[in-house]
Amino acid sequence: MTDQTAYNFAYLDEQTKRMIRRAILKGVAIPGYQVPFASREMPMPYGWGTGGVQVTAACLVPEDRLKVIDQGADDTTNAVSIRRFFQRTAGVAVTEATAEATVIQTRHRIPETPLTEGQILVYQVPIPEPLRFLEPRETETRKMHELEDYGLMHVKLYEDISRHGQIATAYDYPVKVEGRYVMDPSPIPKFDNPKLGGNAAIQLFGAGREQRIYALPPYNEAISLDFDDYPFAASKADHACDLCAAPDSYLDEVITDDQGSRMFVCSDTDFCASRRKAGHVGPMGTPMAGG
Amino acid sequence: MITISNLSKSFTLHNQGAAVIPVMAGANLAVSAKECLGLVGASGSGKSTLMRMIWGNYLAASGSIIVGDVDVAKAAPREIIALRRGTLGYVSQFLRVVPRVPTVDVVAEPLLTLGVGADEARGRAMALLAQLNIPERLWSLSPTTFSGGEQQRVNIARGFVHPYPALLLDEPTASLDAVNREVVLSLIEAAKARGAAIIGIFHDEQARARLCDRLVDVTQFTPKAVQ
Amino acid sequence: MWARWAHRWQGADVDTSIWAKMKTQPLLSVRDLSKFYGGRIGCAGVNFDLFPGEVLGIVGESGSGKSTLLSCLAGHLAPDRGEVIFATAEGPRDTVLMAEAARRRLARTDWAYVHQNPRDGLRMSVSAGGNVGERLMAVGARHYGQIREAAVDWLGRVEIAADRVDDRPSAFSGGMQQRLQIARNLVTGPRLVFMDEPTGGLDVSVQARLLDLLRGLVREMGLSAIIVTHDLAVVRLLADRLMVMKGGYVVEQGLTDQVLDDPQHEYTQLLVSSVLQV
Repeated sequence: MTDQTAYNFAYLDEQTKRMIRRAILKGVAIPGYQVPFASREMPMPYGWGTGGVQVTAACLVPEDRLKVIDQGADDTTNAVSIRRFFQRTAGVAVTEATAEATVIQTRHRIPETPLTEGQILVYQVPIPEPLRFLEPRETETRKMHELEDYGLMHVKLYEDISRHGQIATAYDYPVKVEGRYVMDPSPIPKFDNPKLGGNAAIQLFGAGREQRIYALPPYNEAISLDFDDYPFAASKADHACDLCAAPDSYLDEVITDDQGSRMFVCSDTDFCASRRKAGHVGPMGTPMAGG
Repeated sequence: MITISNLSKSFTLHNQGAAVIPVMAGANLAVSAKECLGLVGASGSGKSTLMRMIWGNYLAASGSIIVGDVDVAKAAPREIIALRRGTLGYVSQFLRVVPRVPTVDVVAEPLLTLGVGADEARGRAMALLAQLNIPERLWSLSPTTFSGGEQQRVNIARGFVHPYPALLLDEPTASLDAVNREVVLSLIEAAKARGAAIIGIFHDEQARARLCDRLVDVTQFTPKAVQ
Repeated sequence: MWARWAHRWQGADVDTSIWAKMKTQPLLSVRDLSKFYGGRIGCAGVNFDLFPGEVLGIVGESGSGKSTLLSCLAGHLAPDRGEVIFATAEGPRDTVLMAEAARRRLARTDWAYVHQNPRDGLRMSVSAGGNVGERLMAVGARHYGQIREAAVDWLGRVEIAADRVDDRPSAFSGGMQQRLQIARNLVTGPRLVFMDEPTGGLDVSVQARLLDLLRGLVREMGLSAIIVTHDLAVVRLLADRLMVMKGGYVVEQGLTDQVLDDPQHEYTQLLVSSVLQV
């Protein structure tokens, strides 16, 4: 058992949580709009998910069941650390099963399993401003959002097509939310973009270093930007999962030896494990014990 | 068509001790359609000055210059520009053009600004250039390299490509040989016949006799003190 | 945009009263425009009307206030006094009092601004095609092929070879950059173009080519333009009307050839007589 009297519930003090909740409310009221908030110093450096952690901390209640994934996996270092952090400071139950979680904090992926009403998905966002790499001035990008002046966004896509013959953006693909704000969905692969719109869960985005929070309320529309003659295509590796034979999940490519042999496995570990438990076996998989 | 009443002009040279030079006072004349008025007078008496005032290039000190239904002396710049576009033509003594425009485009320009299609405008320009004996091989070159006589003929072509109801001609036959002088004179006669009101300065007595219905001596408008 | 509209109605026997009214209403009305820097005068008491299709030249030497005036007109500087009334689609509006959002929208559609230094008016890290296409994309163009076609067409009109459409402006010469800036500004058919010394800093032969281009485009598109320059030859070539400024005040204005050939004001006479003849 951890000594919970050392920290307030979920680490942050109540005033801070109140401030973050106000920012979240504003974000939910204006889908896709980046709300500035006073990001606190967290016990992890910038770039390690401080924004997502603050949003999660503000949302957690003692009855919640938390899942944390990093690039789809529950067992990588960051996911483990953040999960342990909340176990220590909030004492909430944790799970690896997407369907059982009430709050899911994710870095750079959306779980394959469709989410339901009542679930909250919290994204860790490095650079919240979709226009940042084209227009470095914050004063200018704010005006562009205010005036819906998004020509520059399409300029970037135009440049991609003229240089590469196709829209080369593979992740961090900008979307237009409810026909108004252009939003950076965090560096999720463009394969995940279709899951953003019409999603039953509340999706919250936290950028700690940049001090912004934004939100995608349930069932809101999020349309990936494209051209009429170069439509958006959610692409993935042309392969099925080697462990569970799933044909339509996002895959990680794993190099298995020095000769360059590789295998493709589901990026979403929980999804893969559930499928294997249900009896699906891929070309390189072995049947799971206790199916 | 053109009516001038009580026109006066003086130049004030501020940078030369504010010297005031009165050049015209109480000028009156009128020209109607199908009429050609010749301006005569000694060199420096104000013939070109009067013409430039009608064209709007020089400001009048007082009086009125009515061309059609516009008083050039009081009109706004855009009214004068509209007048120059369709109503008032001017063949000056000097050809002043953009150095890089081909001759045929120089001549066609008045039509293009009126909205005439490019092909038709060039066609009419080429017909006039041929009439004025400008060799075809020169049509695509800029007139800045032409001889004085050739430039004069280009100037004339530009002044006659559109049937202006009013025409100002400043020495149109100077520097022309007999053949081309004849062409120009017949162009002027044709313009007169179709209804143009013309004011011209001709040093050539024969041309004056042939074309002008009346003569006006501008020295009568020169202020007495200067005379 | 207006020229296209006017051209359609020319010759047709329709209700010309609206069209005639448009022609006689000024596109831009400036009243008592003034800008002060503490006790110094930037520009003072400027009044004029600009009609559709007119090109106004503003000349003066350094410190005359011409650049300040242009900045106030284009909405880059807030004047201390006066009105700048533009004939918007919804009727005449004082742009000085407009909300910034509305003014920026105007700057994207009906207005264009050509900077003296093309680098100020271009995105140097975006290809030529992207630069020209940006305004189109900003007003909703969503077909890559059509945007590219329009961009190539406009590059041709400003005499930039079509095979440079994917090159960055940093690879262009100064004259080419300036022509690219012009293409970028004119692609959406603005009604009013502000130009700040458009030929400044260019070689003489390049200047000449650019001036010819501007003349052609202004005439073809029926643009109104306000051109600030210190070069009298540029105004004689491009401008219908001329305003001479000294010390922040307009000392003379009128028809270009009249102001240059028969200058009335002492300063104008000095200016005209100072020009070197080649």
